[in-house]
Amino acid sequence: MATAVVYLDGDPREGVLEAVTLARQVGDVVAVAPAPLGSEAVQTLGRYGVTRLVHLETGGVAMDAPAAVGQALADAATQLDATAVLLTSTFGTKEIAAHTAHHLRAGLLVDVGDLRLHEGHLAGSKRAFGGTWDTSCAVTTDRGVATVRPNAVQAEPVQTPVDVVTGALTVTAQVPAGLELVSREVHDSDSARPPLAEAAIVVAAGRGTFGDFDPVHELADVLGAAVGTTRDCVDEGWLPHDAQVGQTGVTVAPRLYLGAGISGAPHHIGGMSASQTIVAVNIDAEAPLVEMADFAVVGDLASVLTDAAEAIREHRAQS
Amino acid sequence: MWSTVGGNCGSGCREWQAGRMRIVVCVKHVPELESARAFSEGRAVRSTEDGTLNEVDENAVEAALALGEGASEAEVIAVTVGPAPAVDAVRRALQMGADRGLHVIDDALVGADYAATTTALAAAVRSIGEVDAVVTGMAALDGLGAVVPSLLAAELGLPQMTVAHEVSSADGVVTIKRDVAGATETWRAPLPAVISVTDVANSPRLPKMKEILAARSKEVATVSLADLGLAAADVVSRTQVLEASRRPDRAGPELVTDDDGQGGRKLADYLISEGLI
Ligand SMILES: Cc1cc2nc3c(=O)[nH]c(=O)nc-3n(C[C@H](O)[C@H](O)[C@H](O)COP(=O)(O)OP(=O)(O)OC[C@H]3O[C@@H](n4cnc5c(N)ncnc54)[C@H](O)[C@@H]3O)c2cc1C
Ligand SMILES: Cc1cc2nc3c(=O)[nH]c(=O)nc-3n(C[C@H](O)[C@H](O)[C@H](O)COP(=O)(O)OP(=O)(O)OC[C@H]3O[C@@H](n4cnc5c(N)ncnc54)[C@H](O)[C@@H]3O)c2cc1C
Repeated sequence: MATAVVYLDGDPREGVLEAVTLARQVGDVVAVAPAPLGSEAVQTLGRYGVTRLVHLETGGVAMDAPAAVGQALADAATQLDATAVLLTSTFGTKEIAAHTAHHLRAGLLVDVGDLRLHEGHLAGSKRAFGGTWDTSCAVTTDRGVATVRPNAVQAEPVQTPVDVVTGALTVTAQVPAGLELVSREVHDSDSARPPLAEAAIVVAAGRGTFGDFDPVHELADVLGAAVGTTRDCVDEGWLPHDAQVGQTGVTVAPRLYLGAGISGAPHHIGGMSASQTIVAVNIDAEAPLVEMADFAVVGDLASVLTDAAEAIREHRAQS
Repeated sequence: MWSTVGGNCGSGCREWQAGRMRIVVCVKHVPELESARAFSEGRAVRSTEDGTLNEVDENAVEAALALGEGASEAEVIAVTVGPAPAVDAVRRALQMGADRGLHVIDDALVGADYAATTTALAAAVRSIGEVDAVVTGMAALDGLGAVVPSLLAAELGLPQMTVAHEVSSADGVVTIKRDVAGATETWRAPLPAVISVTDVANSPRLPKMKEILAARSKEVATVSLADLGLAAADVVSRTQVLEASRRPDRAGPELVTDDDGQGGRKLADYLISEGLI
């Protein structure tokens, strides 16, 4: 049976469990982490069918440069004779995936929504050109590397939890000469909200807010959603760059994307068009985001979002 | 630029000299966003009429020019890999101020994937000789891979300073800031390095008529894989498109208005009916 390696950089979050769920289509799932995990995390992995968890021993080489992590992961994949190496899709993991593919001389598929083997080679499907095309691609190499788009599938546990075998794996990793991480400042996040790239629901708002994001935050919190925005709002300083959805921001593909006061420029759409359900709120019925939406409300976002939050709270109170 | 010197660091050691710099900037020709983008026989269709320089690569050109401004003498070389129309991306870079261009074109590169594109780009960079920096955009708007910069760094064996929204350099050391997953990171590396920039890293200059005219006489070398010392076998893609199909046009939204003040409530009802609450 083929082996699929899934990389996780910490405790298994939803995105990783989705990748594990997809990895089971490919073969026996081995999770690879930069450091040992706690017993609860190990049990979670077992519930999702991971048979083995290895943590990487690099002999003290820091696992912060993508080049070092990617090389270590490639070494692990070789030792484990993996047919597939899978990561969730974020900016950081795509960089790691690139280095892994380079070291393995393997084909690389980015942002796939499903996985399978095609004549023994890793294959997956992805959306292209602002969500207007569906493509199916396969690697032609013995090993393949893929990044999996979050929310493409629902993470599903296996019927019988697996007893995960854990252990260390000694791997080679090197940081390029002279490269140095000088500082890393974690933003005061609204840690109560899920990370944007992986959230199942994203409430995004643009220039139509005129800088007042209170109704946006109110609805997001009722829905348990992450908050996204457009570049224009980042330029205005209304929200940090982390919140920007689009070509030069975060790519999202949630179960529900709600865009309020967003026109739907191609740069923005490129980063959200794979979303499952798209809802728009705009005063302009002809805005491109309205035209591509499944459901749209023409009206002022401040009152529409506030009323929607209120109606959802009432619904929850009744049921 | 880098030169091999003797002296107290021993032979073979490379030492930074503030004088001259040579910077390569990678520019990609992409289909215009508004154009009907399509696949045919598993490949993205390209043509001149509806192509353009990948917008964020203008930021890359600007960053390359800015890096060169610190040196007494700087040469900025714009490189593209792509079919004949792709030379327009190089021309645009020359108008902005790049000194010369290099266009890698070869039938063996039609439908090139990340690996093949990177192999060709890396060979083009090597063909230029000693280089202080390779600057790219953070992502191409058509492929949206955002992986070529990392692959290029790996292939060239250079440190990567990617997704930079701030770039500064002094005495041959580059410092960048980047925002990733809820944190701001500051990275530092000695040149040479691969740097990729975001659209907020700078404001790309708009070439004036005089510069547009002057760019016409700048040299663009057109090279094949063989000219770069590569064989077709070196750029065999490691991925293949099995199938590509146009998704059905969206049906158009179910549209309600808030004229009656019920828009928010209808929105909530929709979310509830779709099982999203
Ligand atoms: C190289 C490059 C990269 C870019 N990358 C990105 C990117 O990654 N992400 C991104 O988002 N953009 C990006 N952009 C910018 C993009 O082109 C658009 O300018 C931007 O997305 C527009 O933001 P917006 O929708 O908030 O504003 P606008 O386009 O101004 O739209 C505002 C909308 O709000 C509506 N509105 C106004 N008032 C109200 C109200 N009271 N209630 C409801 N609706 C209202 C209006 O009808 C309008 O549709 C990029 C641009 C370039 C050149
Ligand atoms: C819709 C679509 C999906 C694709 N999916 C895959 C896939 O899953 N796997 C795969 O291996 N290939 C894939 N490809 C092919 C891939 O896009 C090309 O190989 C492309 O040349 C490089 O990838 P990118 O456009 O994503 O570049 P990115 O990595 O997004 O580009 C970043 C920067 O690199 C530089 N750069 C990139 N390409 C060039 C170039 N040709 N010339 C000069 N500079 C350049 C530019 O500065 C650019 O801003 C796909 C192509 C399309 C159109």
